[in-house]
Amino acid sequence: MPTILMPALSPTMEEGKLSKWLVKEGDTVKPGDVLAEIETDKATMEVESVDSGKVVKILVPEGTEGVKVNEPIAQIQAEGETLEAAPVAKTVPEPSEAPVVAAEKAADAAPSVAAAPAAPKFEAAADPDLPAGVEMVEMTVRQALNEAMAEEMRRDKDVFLMGEEVAEYQGAYKISQGLLQEFGPQRVVDTPITEHGFAGIAVGAAFAGLRPIVEFMTWNFAMQAIDQIINSAAKQLYMSGGQVSAPIVFRGPNGAAARVGAQHSQDYSAWYSHVPGLHVVAPFSAADAKGLLKAAIRSNTPVVFLENEILYGSTGLVPKVDDFVLPIGKARIARAGKDVTIVSYSMGMRYATQATEKLVAAGIDVELIDLRTLRPMDTATVIESVKKTGRVVTVEEGWPQGGIGAELAAVVVAEAFDYLDAPPLRVTGKDVPMPYAANLEKLALPNVDEVIAAVNAVTYRG
Amino acid sequence: MARKAEAKPAQSNVPELTKEQELSAYRDMLLIRRFEEKAGQMYGMGLIGGFCHLYIGQEAVVTGITMASKKGEDAQITGYRDHGHMLVMGLDPKGVMAELTGRQGGLSKGKGGSMHMFSNEHRFYGGNGIVGAQVSLGTGLAFAAKYRGDNTVSISYFGDGAANQGQVYESFNMAKLWNLPAVYIIENNRYAMGTSVDRATAQGDFSKRGLSFGIDGEQVDGMDVRLVHDAAKRAIEHARSGKGPYILEMQTYRYRGHSMSDPAKYRSKDEVASMRAERDPIEQVKNRILEKRYGTEEWLKEVEAEIRAIVTEAADFATSDAEPPAAELWTDIYAA
Repeated sequence: MPTILMPALSPTMEEGKLSKWLVKEGDTVKPGDVLAEIETDKATMEVESVDSGKVVKILVPEGTEGVKVNEPIAQIQAEGETLEAAPVAKTVPEPSEAPVVAAEKAADAAPSVAAAPAAPKFEAAADPDLPAGVEMVEMTVRQALNEAMAEEMRRDKDVFLMGEEVAEYQGAYKISQGLLQEFGPQRVVDTPITEHGFAGIAVGAAFAGLRPIVEFMTWNFAMQAIDQIINSAAKQLYMSGGQVSAPIVFRGPNGAAARVGAQHSQDYSAWYSHVPGLHVVAPFSAADAKGLLKAAIRSNTPVVFLENEILYGSTGLVPKVDDFVLPIGKARIARAGKDVTIVSYSMGMRYATQATEKLVAAGIDVELIDLRTLRPMDTATVIESVKKTGRVVTVEEGWPQGGIGAELAAVVVAEAFDYLDAPPLRVTGKDVPMPYAANLEKLALPNVDEVIAAVNAVTYRG
Repeated sequence: MARKAEAKPAQSNVPELTKEQELSAYRDMLLIRRFEEKAGQMYGMGLIGGFCHLYIGQEAVVTGITMASKKGEDAQITGYRDHGHMLVMGLDPKGVMAELTGRQGGLSKGKGGSMHMFSNEHRFYGGNGIVGAQVSLGTGLAFAAKYRGDNTVSISYFGDGAANQGQVYESFNMAKLWNLPAVYIIENNRYAMGTSVDRATAQGDFSKRGLSFGIDGEQVDGMDVRLVHDAAKRAIEHARSGKGPYILEMQTYRYRGHSMSDPAKYRSKDEVASMRAERDPIEQVKNRILEKRYGTEEWLKEVEAEIRAIVTEAADFATSDAEPPAAELWTDIYAA
């Protein structure tokens, strides 16, 4: 015989008042019929029947206060059930009672939640070995990114590029130059100025198995689209229990350019690196830009690819091999040394490299690490280095609070505390919106002297 | 200009469904109704956590539209009021219910919950929790259909509340600009949580929401599965034939609160009662089945028993199945 239980209005409700019965004993009810009204301090709600049959017994009279959730309040004799059958049913656990037992079990189990299992360690592959005597070609970061996209679009018809001015205009920063001519308007798609909308469209296309590359004219504008990047792309695989992934690359220039003011000069590294489900890549050199963008396009995990406008024109040597793909999640030791570790990425590497040159000339043997990927972050390489040098300085353009340097400092202190000879120091952008005036902007950004000063501080040099 | 939810008289001269379609619509809608009633009960018992948005009252919408689509080929996507869509699209009721209770046999292994279930196989893309986001995503599914030239369409459902989100119009613009095979279903159940359409929208005729982009639309009595099906056929054919997007405003009604924890104080009991009594989508089909002798009372009882068994089996599974193993905490974050 189905038993009507006192329902909860919300997962936090424990008891309530049975304020009114809308049926009486002997009434016939069907699913959806309102049986009673219950009340808490917050709300009144109707109890509906899910069964058809006759109300044979009202167990809790109306007006009763403090009725506990899941307490039986009435009994219904289901259609076809005979009165004789009812007592028998009472002694046998009915299917409709099973959930109560399960609910109690779940409630009992709640306080003794087992400790979370340890997070699996991410292990990135090493950079591929290059063939002996491989030709190195000098090119700009811009050309490297362009080649990466063109090569992947040749390789896989599901790869397409969309964004503002990527096609006819040939790219606001000319990263997509020539792609429209080679691949046509179906695969190089100019969008209206509508970041939220086209980011969502691209994620939807990725759900269906395409491999979109979304170019944001700058990452500043992607704040319009951040809901789709995080809520739709990053969380999708997890929420679907592994069924639906979003193989997509969001890319564009990140951080300060020059004299463009507060709204066009933000570094989003820390923001995106915070989010599980994303890979976040921020290359400095032309070779890394090419190899990592190719890897990002092939990745089945959504990738946030942070470029830098000032670096677009900088040149570097890129190996001339058929398929140059670098591993996401692997830092690069730009210079090996034993006195102090400097960790940076993207534009920060420019300050760090120049500082390293001066420090080495002054006799300090710097180990310089380019993170290249911010998530998963290759902290193993950093820890190994700090165990050797005992000192670490981080360099980034972003704001200090909750930044990449803050994360690195926490990891170093937790995992290499006994090896440290000095507190970790951060060189960051100043904790201010980016000013426009040339002198103020310069002050707001990190510089080579600040890096040198931080290294001097951790090495206790004057 | 307050527009009250009214129980319109049934229209005459409506396009009829075949016997098979009526019977199948009845079965699909009854499955949703009984499933949702059970889910509501289980929520009240503390077996379902968090939010639980029931589809009771709106059954004819997804039923009529899915009937007009190519099941398993055309993509569908909706917001968080998604249980009905999954049941009609053929996803396993046991898997849906076990996801509601957060068990390992749930469609998302218990990691998604009521608002987040998906199936590549059935081409159902959620189950999305951010109001309006599914419209851009659904437009992306249409983009993929056109990119591949696979002759499928994408059907995106959203409510009268979501229809006020900016990204909906960004999506309309691109869908028409690129003539994507997108069908937009605005499920106007008259209340965005507790805010009535009158208090939230300057243009209450949602079928006109695409006009400035050149997208045609129709207002449809979403309580009559025959009219839903008929309009959906037109809309889907329009999209499939390369003419681009189409909007259907489904005038429907939810009987329950916005979610289980909503006491629905913002509307009168009479309003709900009159909709239930006079416009119930399932009662309409049931009456036609009897009138036209497509089925007997006996047949209706058999279907009721069959549906009840499916729902009971789903509920039993969802309450006896184990919670996901702790190791699942760390899986499905990064794709292989």
